[in-house]
Amino acid sequence: MAESATFRIWRGDTAGGGFQDYTTSVSEGMVVLDAVHQIQAQQAGDLAVRWNCKAGKCGSCSAEVNGNPRLMCMTRLNQLDLSAPVTVEPMRAFPLVRDLVTDVSWNYRAKQGIRPFRARPAGADGTWRMAQVDAERVQEFRKCIECFLCQDVCHVLRDHRMFDDFAGPRHMVYAAALEMNPLDADDRVRDLRARHGIGYCNITKCCTKVCPEGITITDNAIIPLKERVVDRLYDPVTRLLRLLRGGGDV
Amino acid sequence: MSATTAPVRLPVRRFGETARSDRWWIQPLVVVLALTTFLVYSGWAALQGDHYTFGPYLSPFYSPELLGTSPHNWFGPPPASWPSWLPFSPALLILPIPALFRLTCYYYRGAYYKAFWADPPSCAVGEPRSRYRGENSFPLVLQNIHRYVLFLSLAVLAVLFLDVWHALWFTDPVTGAVSFGVGVGTIVLAANCVLLSGYLLGCHSLRHVVGGCVDQVSRAPLGHRAYACVSCLNRRHMLWAWCSLFTVGFSDLYVRMCSMGVWQDFRIL
Repeated sequence: MAESATFRIWRGDTAGGGFQDYTTSVSEGMVVLDAVHQIQAQQAGDLAVRWNCKAGKCGSCSAEVNGNPRLMCMTRLNQLDLSAPVTVEPMRAFPLVRDLVTDVSWNYRAKQGIRPFRARPAGADGTWRMAQVDAERVQEFRKCIECFLCQDVCHVLRDHRMFDDFAGPRHMVYAAALEMNPLDADDRVRDLRARHGIGYCNITKCCTKVCPEGITITDNAIIPLKERVVDRLYDPVTRLLRLLRGGGDV
Repeated sequence: MSATTAPVRLPVRRFGETARSDRWWIQPLVVVLALTTFLVYSGWAALQGDHYTFGPYLSPFYSPELLGTSPHNWFGPPPASWPSWLPFSPALLILPIPALFRLTCYYYRGAYYKAFWADPPSCAVGEPRSRYRGENSFPLVLQNIHRYVLFLSLAVLAVLFLDVWHALWFTDPVTGAVSFGVGVGTIVLAANCVLLSGYLLGCHSLRHVVGGCVDQVSRAPLGHRAYACVSCLNRRHMLWAWCSLFTVGFSDLYVRMCSMGVWQDFRIL
């Protein structure tokens, strides 16, 4: 492993900024966040970086390393080509605060727009039971650490800036966790189409690729939700079946 | 530095612009080349209307041969009233079904949106257009017909399995006696069916139909097992999609080459 490496870090705020090169010593086992902290300690005391757990569980240190949305604390230097400068920049989808820090508060507001969990009536014994097999499907979605890397890489938000029309992959995962929960009684299918813009997802699977928790966002959350939207709003046969069965929402 | 809190983002990247240092363009390029090659070949082969059978073998592009002149036809030759200005090929009656299935397939959608539309060209790479409607409105909202095309494609797949059965029975050209046998063509057609099955039975829409549509799959043990099987195949949907695309094209090529006398079909049994 090289003894030193150059990190091309984006410095600036809402007034403007640009990349600055910092060369620092590196050693076995270091991650990008270690190098950023070292630069902060030795060369740039005012470098702003958000971090917390350094273990890939808090989702705070999201950034773009060599153009790829990554958690800095989970990106080992031996995975990178250190013969060239390593670029580190803030997430491009979100408003900049300073240096590597972005304002991700839009995500929390968007999340509030999704109908929360509403328990179905209790069983005959007065309890709520769910089979292990039913729990397993939604368990995957609970792994989300809200790092918002999926939101950052999603081109609908990143390039088209459709924050008013599309809730983004993170919130599709959240909606899937609720919608597929066997104990939940609420219905979010119409909202997914009309308010959360699931139709804007064109299945590029970039969100799945960047998820540090390995959640199969596209295949297990978004596409199953798209299919439920088709059931409810596009498929004439399932609509007819619901009508014949006396189902409410036709 | 300024303390303003106005929501300012880094500018949207221009078309093809990225900080990625890997060769991100290889994957969309391979998709373009592979799909274009297949489209050109399958379009050409479908319009030929000839050399699509050899002995007991029938090209999957032409199966089922609803109207045609080969011994494999179901309902006889094309009607005499067929307009002379309209080219006829048995493939044109059936090929739209698998073509539509692949066109509306969730995997292929993502792949060709990136490769052909550059929407985006690759993850975290700048796009050529600022306007975007996605699958939220016409025409791409029509992709939602996928489940219907799936059911039609499953019917076609069943016919392809029937073709494999027929490909096990060879007619002696001299005596006319029919005997059991296995040729290389039989293996090719069978392999094609296996890979097509892996692709079709791992379809996202089928996964929804067999169990994904309910929150409590545990209530229907059969549905749960079916959901688990489809999910298992679905994890490798991309691999099944490409392998089956190759074998379906190769199956047609094999039958065509044998029919034209370019390749020799060897009998194994």
